Amino acid sequence: MLGKTAGGLFWMFRHLERAENTTRLIETGLRIALTRPDRSNDEWQSLLKTAAAEQLFFTKYETADAANVVDFLLRDATNPSSVQSSMAQARQNARMVRTALTREVWEAVNDTYMQLRSTLARPATDKNLPDTIALVRQQSALVRGALHGSMLRNDVFDFARLGTFLERADNTARILDVKYYVLLPSISQIGSNLDNVQWETILRAVAGQRAYSWLTQGAVTPKGIADFLIFDGRMPRSLKFALGKLQSNLGYLEAEYGSTLPCHAMAARLNARLCTSSIDQVFEEGLHEFILTFLQDLAALGRQIETDYRFIG
Amino acid sequence: MENPTPFFDEMLGPDNGARPPYEAYHRWFEGEDRRDLIRKSGEAERFFRRTGITFNVYGAADADERLIPFDIVPRIISGREWARLTRGIEQRVRAINAFLHDIYHRQEIIRAGRIPIELIAKNDAFLKAMIGLEPPGGVYTHIVGIDLVRVAEDQFYVLEDNARTPSGVSYMLENRETMLQVFPELFGRIKVRGVGDYPLALRRSLGASMPRHASGDGAVAVLTPGIHNSAYFEHAFLADHMGVELVEGSDLRVVDGKIAMRTTRGYKPIDVLYRRVDDDFLDPLSFNPDSLLGVPGIMDVYRAGGITIANAPGTGIADDKAIYSYMPEIVEFYTGEKPLLENVPTWRCSEADALAYVLDHLDELVVKEVHGSGGYGMLVGPAASKKELAAFRAKLKSRPANYIAQPTLALSTVPILTKAGLAPRHVDLRPFVLVSPNGIEITPGGLTRVALKKGSLVVNSSQGGGTKDTWVLEE
Repeated sequence: MLGKTAGGLFWMFRHLERAENTTRLIETGLRIALTRPDRSNDEWQSLLKTAAAEQLFFTKYETADAANVVDFLLRDATNPSSVQSSMAQARQNARMVRTALTREVWEAVNDTYMQLRSTLARPATDKNLPDTIALVRQQSALVRGALHGSMLRNDVFDFARLGTFLERADNTARILDVKYYVLLPSISQIGSNLDNVQWETILRAVAGQRAYSWLTQGAVTPKGIADFLIFDGRMPRSLKFALGKLQSNLGYLEAEYGSTLPCHAMAARLNARLCTSSIDQVFEEGLHEFILTFLQDLAALGRQIETDYRFIG
Repeated sequence: MENPTPFFDEMLGPDNGARPPYEAYHRWFEGEDRRDLIRKSGEAERFFRRTGITFNVYGAADADERLIPFDIVPRIISGREWARLTRGIEQRVRAINAFLHDIYHRQEIIRAGRIPIELIAKNDAFLKAMIGLEPPGGVYTHIVGIDLVRVAEDQFYVLEDNARTPSGVSYMLENRETMLQVFPELFGRIKVRGVGDYPLALRRSLGASMPRHASGDGAVAVLTPGIHNSAYFEHAFLADHMGVELVEGSDLRVVDGKIAMRTTRGYKPIDVLYRRVDDDFLDPLSFNPDSLLGVPGIMDVYRAGGITIANAPGTGIADDKAIYSYMPEIVEFYTGEKPLLENVPTWRCSEADALAYVLDHLDELVVKEVHGSGGYGMLVGPAASKKELAAFRAKLKSRPANYIAQPTLALSTVPILTKAGLAPRHVDLRPFVLVSPNGIEITPGGLTRVALKKGSLVVNSSQGGGTKDTWVLEE
């Protein structure tokens, strides 16, 4: 496979994952605005921070209210992480790697892009926003389904998955980073109730509120949430799950190509740290520092994969 | 059908009865509900949008991708008509390859006084880097598209020979795919020859042309200028259907005397490069030094026999519009036979008598730039305003050698489906020809382009043209 194609696949799936995650952030904000109108502006701003778009947002807008934030995150062409921009980049990459995709995957991405483009031609209204969110959700599932159902399990698939999980790990880590202070034991004393809005934001943003309730029978504690998002390998958006997938997909490449590269050791190191550590240890060392280090290591892993597999010449 | 025209209609004869090749189709059509067909037409368009068959229009304000309109009424050619056309095409393509070899070697045709030396010596399309170079397998034009028009039952003309990088073959394939999806019942009733083998035939043909000292597995790759090129979809389509890599200049470099592509496992040599990049941009060391689309040093590798470039550089000298007028002589010189396909009578404005005639009859003629393509910079006399004619007259006088002129041809029509029913529109035909050391292969079908605007003679997609599926009947 061409190095450029591997890079195109990697980024195509990063952008797809990002579009889905950003949509989930919008959905979270919307939910909180509907149920807790007094608190919603603070939450919109923290969602912007999670999307790493706060700075750019305030060069264009004065206040982080629902209408502004939704429009900015959903369809602003100058925001490179807006759903619209992410989808456009995903499709651009898909065109570039067209020969590596099955017709099903290509058509799913192309169809998603075209439907979104016409839906997002005008600002979303209160009335049609839920439909728009549902559309992104359905279309993302369609692309994922096409990928799983029609693609050969070879290096093409592996690079696509690497992009997905690197982006996902990054996204979950950033949610933790923005909300880390909420989860600190010093703020929320043992036994006291964690601010409901805060934990709801965190869990909704990773589509984990129901799963968390199942696993903990409704006992919401900061430590429990942090543990769930970092260490629970059953949770498909946890750091541990994403890291495990990154390592195994890199492992398939290692086996298929018969060559061990620096990125393999790097992923193994990162994964091992998660497997041998615990939430108590993390809190002892400092949650914030842990997440910052994790984000840096993850970015370095992305760069190493890019170098090792010759994405660019 | 709306107002019968004085033009030859390929479906309906003067008495409004279907011509033999269209009989079965016409019977079927008459039995269909028109609203139903209009609906299916929309279905076909959605099919194209989904698959992403689009092209980018140069110079359009929105750099967005457009869809070439597709008409659901097929263009049908009988087996007998096709057999006749293919004999003529094969003869012409053989002559083109012989001409190219000669013109880059001994130039016998010039010594024999059959074509003037200035035509070659002063022609930008003549590539000095190709002089004395022996392309692998002796093939210059691996892929050719011959543009044909029809003016009467038995009269076809060659409008243009596309010997550089003819495009449109993906439309031939996808148009058929669409028809099979939307009207499967038709193909049960009417025996249409298949076109779907083209990608494999292309792969085989390119593989057969690999250099003698190939790396072993005969690796083929398609070279595209990139995602923003108007024909990018086609480049990706062909690479995908052949099962070969789609590369850009930035993926390639010279490694150990071979052209190699950067893969996830290091550099891998390529034996045959099907390039969709123009000569000028192919090698910044040999041609345009600013080009980022090509591969520095590829011409040296080529000269040393390390790679096959398809089509060979310098083939443009054979499809140049100034050369075109000499094609009857060229065919006769190399094949010793009379040309089976006619040329459109052509005035070379470089010649004083011809120029005088053209200036006198500008409102009747079609005038084309010698090096132009895609319908840009062309004058259709009968359709032009007084102002346009005057402006063109001035251009013509200042650079006569830049132009040729031809009579306005009464292009045949094939009906398209409109809301009001069938309506005749002018068409042309581009069959696709593959050349390898093993022989010449012509896919039974081709790209039919149709001028969708009533009365228009310009079929180019960049100027409001559409396409039709082209059926060659099994007989």
